[in-house]
Amino acid sequence: MSAPEYNVPVADTALTACPDCDLLQRLPDVPPGGAAHCPRCDRELLRRPANSRERVLALTVAAAILWIVANSVPMLGLTVIGYQASTTVMGGAIHLWTHDQQVVAVLILFTAVVAPALQIGFLLAVSLGTGRVPAPRWVGVMIRHQPTLVEWSMIEVMMIGVLVALIKIAELANVVPGLALYLLAGLIFVLAGMQSSIDRRAIWESVSWASGAPR
Amino acid sequence: MSAPANAMALGLQGCEACGLVSRPAPGAVEGRCPRCDEELSFRKHGSIQRTWAFVMAAAICYVPANFLPVLATASPSGTDYDTILQGVVLLWSPTGWPLSIIVLIASIIIPSAKIIALGYLLVSVQRGSNLHHHQRVRLYRMVELIGRWSMVDVFVDTFTAALVQLQPLMSVEPGPGLVFFAAVVVLTMLAVRSFDPRFIWDSQVPTRATHG
Repeated sequence: MSAPEYNVPVADTALTACPDCDLLQRLPDVPPGGAAHCPRCDRELLRRPANSRERVLALTVAAAILWIVANSVPMLGLTVIGYQASTTVMGGAIHLWTHDQQVVAVLILFTAVVAPALQIGFLLAVSLGTGRVPAPRWVGVMIRHQPTLVEWSMIEVMMIGVLVALIKIAELANVVPGLALYLLAGLIFVLAGMQSSIDRRAIWESVSWASGAPR
Repeated sequence: MSAPANAMALGLQGCEACGLVSRPAPGAVEGRCPRCDEELSFRKHGSIQRTWAFVMAAAICYVPANFLPVLATASPSGTDYDTILQGVVLLWSPTGWPLSIIVLIASIIIPSAKIIALGYLLVSVQRGSNLHHHQRVRLYRMVELIGRWSMVDVFVDTFTAALVQLQPLMSVEPGPGLVFFAAVVVLTMLAVRSFDPRFIWDSQVPTRATHG
């Protein structure tokens, strides 16, 4: 069976259907810095951050640097009676892998390392790609899958987990918070700022259409 | 527009990926989004069945996740096995109790609340309930937002095991319950993703739509 046909777009580009309740409505003109919500279910439909592209670009670069350093230095260590040990984020996943917990190891690696990297990388590529007019098709592919990566990127959850582990271990040994711990704490805020600076509608309006239809 | 209406009632499909509203080509029932190529449907196909399948699988994994040990602590005096609940109890101390409560909420209350909430949403949608639309969509969003936090315990156990390797004094290893617990988190997240919240509103008579 061949792929289904392309739909016919409606002429009024301000029309939108709420993703959470399907209410058909016309989006208002939102000033920079504003947002629009569905009148029925209150879902956010549109967000227009000011200077979106520049902000996203700056924050993705900052996030990429933080990610690289945070994953190359120890996150936490301990010392006890002359013995010391430390682990990186990846070290946790590797330990699970070598102790018959491959499934969980992959999950940890994905949620703590890979998904954040892709989340940052996709957005960096998107903000570079939207510099061209019209933006190439792969920009659309990336911005379409980016929310899924955000869902599985769990640095802030890991942070709480690490703090709990620190307190538990503190009863047995001297715990030493590593540099990565502070960098990851910073990364949480950079990622939040980065996500809230995206102007999805502007990106979609700049992307070439899959059907090749006039824009 | 005069009266508020669902896009589906007008034969229109809103793209979940890019937001473009389009109409299936003449003769076609469903098609692809002309802007982003996403396959469009009025409602997610098999959403209810798939969500039920994930919820049930999560409920099944929930049992071994709570009864099998997630950590094994070996010391010269023998090996101790801790389940998630025992981990919560062990954390309870005059200074550690806030963390104990965080783990209790993240690992025990959230996963079970998610399974119950999704079950309730599914049943209410299947029965065509015309009540509490706003509360139900708020419940859905809460489940969506809060679900990831159950991963806390997986991270706690991972990094405790990675760090506490003080052989022969003491060493901590992940236990067999960990993979089931991780499965509960992943399955409930997939269940949330496969549920289509638009079903909640389908029973609503269009003219009764409220604003504000």
